[in-house]
Amino acid sequence: MNDIDRRKFLKIAGLGALFGLTGLSMFEVVTKKHIEAAVEKYKILPNTLTAQRWAIAIDLKKLDEKIINDCIQACHSIHNVPQIAMQKEEIKWIWKETFEHAFYEMEYPYMPEQMKNLPVLVLCNHCDNPACVRVCPTKATFKRKDGIVMMDMHRCIGCRYCMAACPFGARSFNWRDPRPFIKEENSEYPTRMKGVVEKCTLCCERLEIGKPPACVEVSNGAIIYGDLANPDSEIRKILATNYAIRRKPELGTNPCVYYLI
Amino acid sequence: MLEYALKGSKRYWTWVCFLLVLIGIGFIAYLNQFQVGLGITGMSRDVSWGFYIGQFTFLVGVAASAVTVVLPYYFHNWKKYGRIAVIGEFLAIPAVLMCMLFIFVDLGQPMRVMNVLLHPTPNSVMFFDMVVLSGYLILNLLCGWVVLGSERKSAPPPTWIKPFLYIAICWAPSIHIVTAFLYQGLPGRHYWLTAIMAAKFLSSAFASGPALLVLLCMIIRKFTKFDPGKEAIQSLAKTSAYFLIATILFYVFEVFTAFYSSIPGHMAPITYLFSGLDGFTKLVPVMKVCAVLVAIGTIILVTPPLRKWEVTLAIGALATFLGMWLEKGLSLVVGGFIPNPFERVFEYWPTLQEVLIALGVWSLGFFILTILYKIATTVKEKAVFDKYGQKQIIE
Repeated sequence: MNDIDRRKFLKIAGLGALFGLTGLSMFEVVTKKHIEAAVEKYKILPNTLTAQRWAIAIDLKKLDEKIINDCIQACHSIHNVPQIAMQKEEIKWIWKETFEHAFYEMEYPYMPEQMKNLPVLVLCNHCDNPACVRVCPTKATFKRKDGIVMMDMHRCIGCRYCMAACPFGARSFNWRDPRPFIKEENSEYPTRMKGVVEKCTLCCERLEIGKPPACVEVSNGAIIYGDLANPDSEIRKILATNYAIRRKPELGTNPCVYYLI
Repeated sequence: MLEYALKGSKRYWTWVCFLLVLIGIGFIAYLNQFQVGLGITGMSRDVSWGFYIGQFTFLVGVAASAVTVVLPYYFHNWKKYGRIAVIGEFLAIPAVLMCMLFIFVDLGQPMRVMNVLLHPTPNSVMFFDMVVLSGYLILNLLCGWVVLGSERKSAPPPTWIKPFLYIAICWAPSIHIVTAFLYQGLPGRHYWLTAIMAAKFLSSAFASGPALLVLLCMIIRKFTKFDPGKEAIQSLAKTSAYFLIATILFYVFEVFTAFYSSIPGHMAPITYLFSGLDGFTKLVPVMKVCAVLVAIGTIILVTPPLRKWEVTLAIGALATFLGMWLEKGLSLVVGGFIPNPFERVFEYWPTLQEVLIALGVWSLGFFILTILYKIATTVKEKAVFDKYGQKQIIE
């Protein structure tokens, strides 16, 4: 066997291996389902509250300062959301906005002052077609089968693409270690590390053990949750008998937080 | 050929040491960011991307612009570019590396960067951006090195490199198109949500890249015995001029769409950038300087006598480069986040540490560029051959 033959052989073998490997990995990428099966599964215990499509309705007529503060307090204390005074770095899962800003596309000059300043609770909309999930390069944010848009803080690389994509400003980023800013730590819920994105997860950990979301529990009936896919559910009955609006429906993300007005 | 980088004048070593010091300062600043978190930057919950991602976006353009030299040379036999084809390819290498580093320093959890490969996500544009960027880096390293290597041996480039050269040419626009898609597919960000984004990206890249090449060619000619050629420099300046005009036009199209339609969401970011919104005006001076620079660049580059006189040409090229840098490296990214999803304005301005880290990355890029250009010019000082293996005469 002469030299040239050997060189030729090595070249072909090398190229073959290279294309084989890249081809195989590309094949895997294309055939794998966009959202891995593993992350779609979640624990269903005997008490677990299940739904085909979770949604929330917030009755603006029933909201008052006390209920709003209770909801925020309940959510943030349970989930170890740090209280950071600096607005630049603040982290919030559910918070207060005025009607004028939460629904700015509906604002008109003659709107009653009281309506403009009407307090509104805002949170992640758990969209049907979430832009954040579409853009995440690591599937750290994903949509469960029951519609909850989840956040895996262990996989998040902190690129904040989801924050740029979310048209509702529902996501927060840990600009630094959040732990020193937690007043009373709830040992039953994990704290976060710096450099990851976080947001409302519709209290999936509470649903799992048969409890309603924390904000619903303390809202004194102002927040209703339920299965949109079930015509007999409370939320469907309320939506059928009340006029409700959603934030920025024109963007096509199909938000699943309804506001009764 | 790497050994060429180890022999140089005192001036060469002073420059290299200067860059190393800046890299060191940037690295120390980065260590602090790594320790404390991205809180040391000026970014916030409302403006979640800033200077780093801006630099990345701008440098993708610089990297892609290598094609403005390589394409005329290999596709249209434009022999004037025979000498500087490698100069273009070697500019792309540090530019892509800087892009990757800017994404890296922007990550909240840099140790997890491999998650992008471990969990490949084809529905994310960022995944494709990684694919096209790394592909482009490999292609330019390969093509630049092989072509230069054969020049050193006074031989024409091997035929097997040709397909790679052609692939690299077709690949170049993709890195910028994909980066534009990163922005233009997001709901609710009116400043970015425009189909012209990719076109604007390409045009501004092909304005700023050749402008930088003009400056680099002038520097090379001044400090080495290698002359890239007057005509090559003039051709680059013309390329820059045409694309600069296209960029201005594209911007005007955007302004027309926003203001003739009068849709508040579309007008707001442009109003913020040029005259301020709700009393917030941090970026207004930036945009004013940008407009002046672009005007200077355009006037010089399109006026033949001014373009031909090298003093004004240098000013024009520098103005074009800096103007495009302000537009893409700062205002484009920040403008997309203002106003925020609640129609409120939260402003952004980079912090000193953020700037030092960015400076460190830029210095690293210039360090690699210096090494590569040192090698290329040393080879070229000895002999310059075109792709047919014919020796080119230095005027």
